[in-house]
Amino acid sequence: MRFMILVKADEDSEAGVMPSEQMLADMQQYNEELVKAGVMLAGEGLHPSSKGARVRFAGDERTVIDGPFTEAKELIAGFWLWQVKSKEEAVEWVKRCPVADTEIELRQVFEAEDFGEELTPELREAEERLRAQVEEQQQ
Amino acid sequence: MAAAPDAHRSIEAVWRIESARLIAGLARMVRDVGVAEELAQDALLAALEQWPESGVPDIPGAWLMATAKHRAIDRLRRSRVLERKHEEIGRDMAQHAEPDLDAAMDDQVGDDLLSLVFTTCHPVLSTEARVALTLRLLGGLTTREIARAFLVSEATLAQRIVRAKRTLAESRVPFEVPSGDELDERLASVLEVVYLVFNEGYSATAGDDWMRPGLCEEALRLGRILAELAPREPEVHGLVSLMEIQASRSRARTGRSGEPVLLLDQNRARWDQLLIGRGLAALARAEQLGGTLGPYALQAAIAACHARARAPGDTDWERIAALYDALAQLSPSPVVELNRAVALGMAFGPAAGLELVDQLTSEPSLESYHLLPSVRGDLLAKLGRFDEARSELERAAQLTRNERERGLLLERARACASG
Repeated sequence: MRFMILVKADEDSEAGVMPSEQMLADMQQYNEELVKAGVMLAGEGLHPSSKGARVRFAGDERTVIDGPFTEAKELIAGFWLWQVKSKEEAVEWVKRCPVADTEIELRQVFEAEDFGEELTPELREAEERLRAQVEEQQQ
Repeated sequence: MAAAPDAHRSIEAVWRIESARLIAGLARMVRDVGVAEELAQDALLAALEQWPESGVPDIPGAWLMATAKHRAIDRLRRSRVLERKHEEIGRDMAQHAEPDLDAAMDDQVGDDLLSLVFTTCHPVLSTEARVALTLRLLGGLTTREIARAFLVSEATLAQRIVRAKRTLAESRVPFEVPSGDELDERLASVLEVVYLVFNEGYSATAGDDWMRPGLCEEALRLGRILAELAPREPEVHGLVSLMEIQASRSRARTGRSGEPVLLLDQNRARWDQLLIGRGLAALARAEQLGGTLGPYALQAAIAACHARARAPGDTDWERIAALYDALAQLSPSPVVELNRAVALGMAFGPAAGLELVDQLTSEPSLESYHLLPSVRGDLLAKLGRFDEARSELERAAQLTRNERERGLLLERARACASG
């Protein structure tokens, strides 16, 4: 399964203050660990929200609101996409992240299987037929 | 404090992250992967007993290693090992630092992991045994999970692993990374095991146990790990590229009722662009290392031609034909020839493809291979030779074991009749 790991913004990241050299080195080390473990699929850091925008939808109307946005804790400063076997594995990896005084959020990514039942009624039907056949043969 | 079931799941997760490094490090000390695994298992049991109470330690890998080392020393004291040997191993252990973020340590860990994979994929073992042992010791899978994935009983698989460990010990397989001429051959065995695991998962069908398609992910993980352990080996990147690109199509390769959808009929919007991007990057790494491409990199390059084409009509068939030429030189096989014929037919017209296919009709190994008459029928139909095409497609329909494919082949045969 895939997890998206969301790293929250803070005042520094929003102010465009670059992390310390030590912090960058630690993070690079951590990223390498993730790659070596075959966990890392993708990951990027994001510019401050002042370089971004929001598009608000109200019925047919679209309003563009340029950044920055004020509520730093609700903003995202970066993300990873990981391939893991369980949520617990993702949590274990997050716990090893070299950061202090922040919060990191994990969210499972939808995959084809998650839609399976809703999207492929034919498939489910085929399986049910197969199951019925097997039961018949066992009688 | 977390409830016990949560703690167990956390410990399982730690195990998945740490077990290969733990077993590899222990194997270097005790020079026996079987014993190393038992020691690691002992440490896991200790964790299962203690962590639900004490919580997961800050550096769980170091805790597991320290615990396993204590067990190893206890074991040595109990057994009547020669004093000299005892000292030797004791010294080795004293030198072994706790896992930390030190770069030198990383090299050691990498070496140990490579030694472990070369051991579990040693040619002295049967292919089945190599697969089982690799998934267990490097993948951190349980015997039960591997048994489910390969549709055998847990007892059979456990027996297979016990025998494999015994064979390794009895054959005195050294725990090391092979060098020189031996390296290529041994690496080929490792890559074969990984690709076999991948294909086992890839051939899983709807309704199979979820562990079967899960094998694709396990193989990809092993491949990605190997690519970092042996970054200078182009074929490792070639194999990773091939697997990433094949996996990118998994959403598109079965239809709504579970029927297989052929590559050229797949909805390319459903291909996973993230995996394609990773596959193309891995192929670029293989190519940058220089030298002629090996069989995996060539197959990856062929897969990449399809991945790059936005629509089937954009496919660079001339390049695919050239790549199959190279593959046929490197690892000739009738199946490669048949694929080359398809590519030639697409690149230079059906007559060019048919010329090669006709040379294959007397090939004994393809005698009952349904794709031979299927391909030949297609090429004949394109040349307007409908009667011959129909009988070839009907023959293909007789040969295939897949019900749905038979239906499709008969449909195409009927289409020929109405020319």
